[in-house]
Amino acid sequence: MLELVTISLLNGLVYGLLLFMLSSGLTLIFSMMGVLNFAHASLFMLGAYFSYQLGRFIGFCPALVVAPLLCAGIGAAVERYGLRHVHRHGAVAELLFTFGLVYLFEELVIMLWGRNAVAYGVPPSIDFPLFSVFGGSFPAYKGLMMAISVTMFVSLWLALKRTRIGLVVQAALTHPQAVRALGHDVSAVFVLIFALGSGMAGLAGVIGGFALLTAPTMADAVGPIVFVVVVVGGLGSLGGAFMASMLIGVVQTFAVAIDASPLDMMSRLHLTVARGSLLYDFLAVKIAQAAPTLPYVLLVLMLIVRPRGFLGTRD
Amino acid sequence: MGRAISRRWPWLAAASALAVLPHLPGLSTNFGRSLLSQMGIAALFALSYNVLLGQTGLLSFGHAVYFGLGGYVAMHLLRAVDGGLPVPVPLVPLAGALGGLFFGVLFGSVTTRRAHTVFALISLGIGELVYAATLMLPSFFGGEEGITANRSRGPRLFGLTFAPQIEVYFVIAAWVLLSAALLHRFTRTPVGRMCNAVRDNPERAEFVGYNTQRIRFIAFCVAATFAGLAGGLHALNYEIVASEAVSPARSGNVILMAFCGGTGNFIGPVLGAAVITWLQVSLSDYTSAWLLYLGIFFLALVLFAPGGLSAIVLSQAALLRTRAAGALLKGYSMALLPVMAMAAGVAMLIEMPYRMSTQPELGTRMRLFGHHWDAATPWPWLLALALIGAGLWLLRRAWPVVVAARQLGARSRD
Amino acid sequence: MTSALRLRDVHKTFGKTPIIRGVSLEVARGERHAIIGPNGAGKSTLFNLISGRFRPTSGSISLEGREIAGAESFHINRLGLSRSFQVTNLFAQMSVFENLRCGVLWSLGHRYDFWRDVDRLHDANEIAAEVLKQIQLTSRRDALAGVLTYAEQRALEIGITIASGAKIILLDEPTAGMSRSETARAVELIRAVSKGRTLLMVEHDMGVVFDLADRVSVLVYGRILATDAPARIEENPEVQAAYLGAD
Repeated sequence: MLELVTISLLNGLVYGLLLFMLSSGLTLIFSMMGVLNFAHASLFMLGAYFSYQLGRFIGFCPALVVAPLLCAGIGAAVERYGLRHVHRHGAVAELLFTFGLVYLFEELVIMLWGRNAVAYGVPPSIDFPLFSVFGGSFPAYKGLMMAISVTMFVSLWLALKRTRIGLVVQAALTHPQAVRALGHDVSAVFVLIFALGSGMAGLAGVIGGFALLTAPTMADAVGPIVFVVVVVGGLGSLGGAFMASMLIGVVQTFAVAIDASPLDMMSRLHLTVARGSLLYDFLAVKIAQAAPTLPYVLLVLMLIVRPRGFLGTRD
Repeated sequence: MGRAISRRWPWLAAASALAVLPHLPGLSTNFGRSLLSQMGIAALFALSYNVLLGQTGLLSFGHAVYFGLGGYVAMHLLRAVDGGLPVPVPLVPLAGALGGLFFGVLFGSVTTRRAHTVFALISLGIGELVYAATLMLPSFFGGEEGITANRSRGPRLFGLTFAPQIEVYFVIAAWVLLSAALLHRFTRTPVGRMCNAVRDNPERAEFVGYNTQRIRFIAFCVAATFAGLAGGLHALNYEIVASEAVSPARSGNVILMAFCGGTGNFIGPVLGAAVITWLQVSLSDYTSAWLLYLGIFFLALVLFAPGGLSAIVLSQAALLRTRAAGALLKGYSMALLPVMAMAAGVAMLIEMPYRMSTQPELGTRMRLFGHHWDAATPWPWLLALALIGAGLWLLRRAWPVVVAARQLGARSRD
Repeated sequence: MTSALRLRDVHKTFGKTPIIRGVSLEVARGERHAIIGPNGAGKSTLFNLISGRFRPTSGSISLEGREIAGAESFHINRLGLSRSFQVTNLFAQMSVFENLRCGVLWSLGHRYDFWRDVDRLHDANEIAAEVLKQIQLTSRRDALAGVLTYAEQRALEIGITIASGAKIILLDEPTAGMSRSETARAVELIRAVSKGRTLLMVEHDMGVVFDLADRVSVLVYGRILATDAPARIEENPEVQAAYLGAD
């Protein structure tokens, strides 16, 4: 039991950090520019695919650096040549543009790599157990994932707090209009932020591609959860995104490990429900089966109890 | 009496057109009538979506929930009819509408509390939740295969069994026409107008005495009801409802249809539904990359013509009535060939990698535009690039003519 | 006698910053009351508190004796208070006439009617046409609100504000950005529409204040420095020091 808890906790942390990598990039872009980038998870997917393809030519370590840069470049292009033109048509048009990009990126991936998952496996250089805990082993690549995530956050934190650009971005997180009014070269900063956020998503894809299946449906699997994280944490709040990422990461990982249903637990207490009824259906669902829906259940609960999220301050 | 007719003539014309369409050559086959039925259902779904987007400014990414859940409810009723319940089959979609309304009230009470971006994300979350739930609750959703029923075992109505496609088409056409009339009327009511007001300026709407959240909630319930009705028609048409009916793919599809048609006027979504349905059905026969083409089409509209196809048609029709008509037509005819060349080149560049990635077992020889090519050789690629380059160069010479004609037309209208 | 609007020791703090520090004000029925003060004094915040956009940190605001502090905007509007905004706030994609008609619907009881055609609502259409004549925009009846000139938009805003028959109207800098002739026309319009109503307005243009206001309150750093007739306010040495200065 303790082994299960520890392993699940560690895995949950890794997953939560991955979610935070994605949601922080999204939050940065949203706070700075008021645009919710639907295609954010698509860049995550592109990061995995680029790393896979590059890894076959130049090895994993260079790919680790180049793939996120490619994603950053794509992000910059999307902002410079796409969003900038759509901006004048309003917020709905911006959302729809990034929404359309999701289709585009998914189909481009299919065009280049096919519909099936690619064998993006853990490279042999990091495929060894890092340490053992209670008889099970914690693989090194997960340790690398954690290390990369943490390094990224620390660098981001330093950049935000210690550089001038960082100051502008911090201000924009809470008072975007004021920053624009102050006349900072907003368009260049926009491109930078979009590139940075996309690069972060790409980096998450490089390391996340190990744990998840690298397939064209990757973005659809992860994307909505990232949006839930952002809403539950509170739109525009990095701290809230962190809390929500960790919560969802840990809860989902634990849930997947519970192969029992409320009905099983009830039968231990000698309670039964009539078969074939809707109630039976609800209770017969194994927690592990329901795990994919837990983020959305959390979303609905949050909306009822505290609509602005954990640490949200703006609408 | 004369005035009443003049106001209603578009509806009479639409009704006549709907009556005549399935008998036209080309559409009088089973396939044609099936396509028309599909378009009708899509049109109603898109119209219901536009109550949210075009009318009230609410961008929902999970509208298929109400379509699908309405479909499931209607399907359960159809099963009962199949088993002997004496409800006339044409009334079954009404259960879909009620189902849509029920879930619209249930989810709407939670989702309409917030606006704009948060509303969009919440709708996405609920869509994912319901989609995942369809696989977990087999007694209502029937698992992966969904639930089925036979529509021809209901009580006979004027000797009709509703088994043939033509009879189902007329049931669909009748419901769609009635719904369109109701929705059009809705846009002209106080609540309908206040939906527009809330879309334009929620703060000002509060200051004329309206609770904007309540208005959004009402719009949401209306949209959900008619989406559920469309779902009921879907159940009747296909005699099966499965989890794809509530899927994010279907939610995305209705956004595509409504937006491509144009959200700024009433007829836009109908146009978009017809065009997109037709493209999806016909393109998928020729190419496996049809979703990519749709995506490009959608993005092009967002970038260059966010008013959609209906706005393009209306603006071009207006320009053609001015004295710039001749110049405009000349410009378009000059631009036509280059655009076609570019499209052909792009299509080649898309189809070849697609074939190699998704169907590698078929080899690299393929048929494009009636000709055989070997994608492993450089020639088709070079040809594609040449077509794009030549087309672009010719277009750069033709487009100023179009722009000048447009400006001339705009000036002569003022 | 119940005053139309009464604020008692209202405070509003944003985070740690107090913006309104104990404002008490009483506006009598039918009075035309102006609020003046330097930029940043908190005039718009005060309006936002009264109209329900913000909730006061403490203190009471009552409308004809009814407490409205912290109530929802639409609720306050239904009780008879209406306002215009500093940045023009219209229904940009609807016509001028439609804008006015929307202003009238609730007050006439049409509420959540989802069946009747608005074109057939004779009472709404008549009142909208009346107001249209009053604000002198009859020639622009079918123009989209978004394409009107600035002065026309301001006039339309005043029109929407009064269309519902509100008894108390708040005007936030109604003549801001206007030329001399436009200002003169706006003043006449405001004078005409505020007959029989209570008017509270924020203004920077002292000429307008003198022309229209019965009484003036001076707001400085979130506090009312003085409340008096315009002529006496001008002579008040404290006010001169704090605000009017080189006027």
